[in-house]
Amino acid sequence: MKYATPAYAVAFLLLLAAPFFVYPVLLMKVLCFALFACAFNLLLGYTGLLSFGHAAFFGAAAYVAGHALKVWELPALAGILLGAGASALLGWAFGSLAIRRQGIYFAMITLALAQMMYFFFLQAPFTGGEDGLQGVSRGSLFGLVDLEKDINLYYFVLAIAVFGFWLIHRTIHSPFGQILKAIRENEPRAISLGYDVARYKLLAFVLSAGLAGLAGATKMLVFQFAALTDAHWHMSGEVVLMTILGGMGTVFGPVVGSAVIVTLETELADKVGSLVTVIMGAIFVICVLLFRRGIVGELLALRKRT
Amino acid sequence: MKKPTLITTALMAAFGLAAGGAQAQISDNVVKIGVLTDMSGAYSDLAGPGALEATKMAVEDFKAKEKPSFAIEIVSADHQNKGDIASNKAREWFDRDKVDVVSELVTTSTALAVMKVAKEKNKIALVSGAASTRITNEDCNDVTVHWTYDTYAVANGTAKAVVKQGGKSWFFLTADYAFGQSLEKDASDVVVANGGKVLGSVRHPFPGTDFSSYLLKAQASGAQVIGLANAGTDTTGSIKQAAEFGVTPKQSLAGLLMFITDIHSLGLKATQGMYLTEAFYWDANDETRAWSKRFMLRAKKMPTMVQAGQYSSVMHYLRAVKATGTDNTQKVMAWMKTTPINDFFAKKGTIRDDGRMVHDMYLMQVKKPDEQKYPWDYYNVRQTIPAAEAFQPLSASKCSLVTKH
Repeated sequence: MKYATPAYAVAFLLLLAAPFFVYPVLLMKVLCFALFACAFNLLLGYTGLLSFGHAAFFGAAAYVAGHALKVWELPALAGILLGAGASALLGWAFGSLAIRRQGIYFAMITLALAQMMYFFFLQAPFTGGEDGLQGVSRGSLFGLVDLEKDINLYYFVLAIAVFGFWLIHRTIHSPFGQILKAIRENEPRAISLGYDVARYKLLAFVLSAGLAGLAGATKMLVFQFAALTDAHWHMSGEVVLMTILGGMGTVFGPVVGSAVIVTLETELADKVGSLVTVIMGAIFVICVLLFRRGIVGELLALRKRT
Repeated sequence: MKKPTLITTALMAAFGLAAGGAQAQISDNVVKIGVLTDMSGAYSDLAGPGALEATKMAVEDFKAKEKPSFAIEIVSADHQNKGDIASNKAREWFDRDKVDVVSELVTTSTALAVMKVAKEKNKIALVSGAASTRITNEDCNDVTVHWTYDTYAVANGTAKAVVKQGGKSWFFLTADYAFGQSLEKDASDVVVANGGKVLGSVRHPFPGTDFSSYLLKAQASGAQVIGLANAGTDTTGSIKQAAEFGVTPKQSLAGLLMFITDIHSLGLKATQGMYLTEAFYWDANDETRAWSKRFMLRAKKMPTMVQAGQYSSVMHYLRAVKATGTDNTQKVMAWMKTTPINDFFAKKGTIRDDGRMVHDMYLMQVKKPDEQKYPWDYYNVRQTIPAAEAFQPLSASKCSLVTKH
């Protein structure tokens, strides 16, 4: 643990300097997905709940924020918060239903609910259906900072992401986080100790959904676009892949996982075309067969051994 | 001329430096053309790799004929028919890879998304494959040219012909996104204007695979004509399934947007007698035959109008860059709009203020199997629709560039 603080400081400094060396839009995309994966990891890695419907929160927040910015002409930050709030609310509705079941049934219920949201987004007039919600303007922050400039937006996105990471880190290391881990390890024992497990699970679900929404709304602001892809079950699958590849149940794992996946997808798209999905599948298989703890998980295990 | 003195040379140098930024020139001396298209999905047959091949031909032909002083590069990507992927890719191309023009853009949702990015970055979008009239109406802008065809043009040609043949009552099977809705609307207007009536419509998700429930609805409507307001594999899929369900030949199908590749994959037996409207037919005259045979050698199939239009639009763009000596968006657009297009694809084609390239369209009827004499001999050209009638008149335009005057 004693290396943790300097490691965070170095990572933060690297992120501050990064847009001068790497294409900022790509970095912002990585940050958004990293936040999304971390939010998901809070549920899968720390509470042991595999939700297969997280795309619904990601997409819902993108649509709500997009609509708020485009039609109601709210400022950027208000739109994002509204989006995240809407996702948290949706998470509460999903969670209340889904946590009554466990394991595969839990996953299936979240998937089914997310598919219902998908068809809602496909048909609802305000989403633009297959066209998506296009041409949302980024606006400015408090009327002072022009977010149309990529570099300004980058630091805004970085601030949001860092806030999200901090919140997750804080949650994991709080007594609440300890109880979540207890539930993950042995649910009957947590119940016998007198914890209201259902309530803790629901709280974790709502928090995870809200943060996933924060990520979705921020991504919408970056690309000025909310689309069905955000709410499609592929997206739910992708976030599982990012989390597992990076290292489930580690703080940094999902960040690394999303950086790897997003960069690969972006860089390979022109070169290999539709083969991208095959490559992703192969990576997943290799990950599951050879390093089951994920990239960061294996590194941590290696350090422990030496 | 007098030999320049030291002072004048220094002055000229200083002036040249100061004016350098504003001077017309080509950034990095490279013109970069992005081809953003569907490389693997429902529209890859009619646009896709063939459109990329057509772009390469245009660049090679231009280099051979015009000997430009600047280099030309092509980049391409698969947008998978998704607006967000297209928009992200275009943004990255403009920001990072210094792409000057993004072209092809089949699928209306991707075209609309990229047009917005192009406008924001002040670069050019050349749309060939996308069909919706929204591109030159509600969503028009001054950096986009819509080259090959649009839903108004194809609906106008085909629906009018079918109504005149006695197909008075219609039911639409529509791809559920901007293009399908636009095509359905334009075709409905034509049907009603020519004395027919529309009994209803049903929308299927894009891209679709199972059309049975939609076809049964269409069958139950009792309409004489089922208008297919979709394209690519959606159209071929619905035609095949209509035959399997016995919808045809009791009710007839009208493919509102069909391409020669669709006829090729369905065969003449399944499609004979159908009317369709195209901007280009490879076997129309010597010029089109010569170009198409070259294309055939490279792409192993005859070009669709989208691919031919892609060549034409890239060629016109490159000529504009050479003529104006710059890749400055406004100057190139101005040249493109004032110079008529005369090539194998279009004769006396012009680009209107709303971005619509207007040219003649052709009403075709698919040949009977025994009429076919050689491979790809599929159409009888029934009528040439002159440019002035083929496209939506400017007076009906909803484009802010036109209406504000």
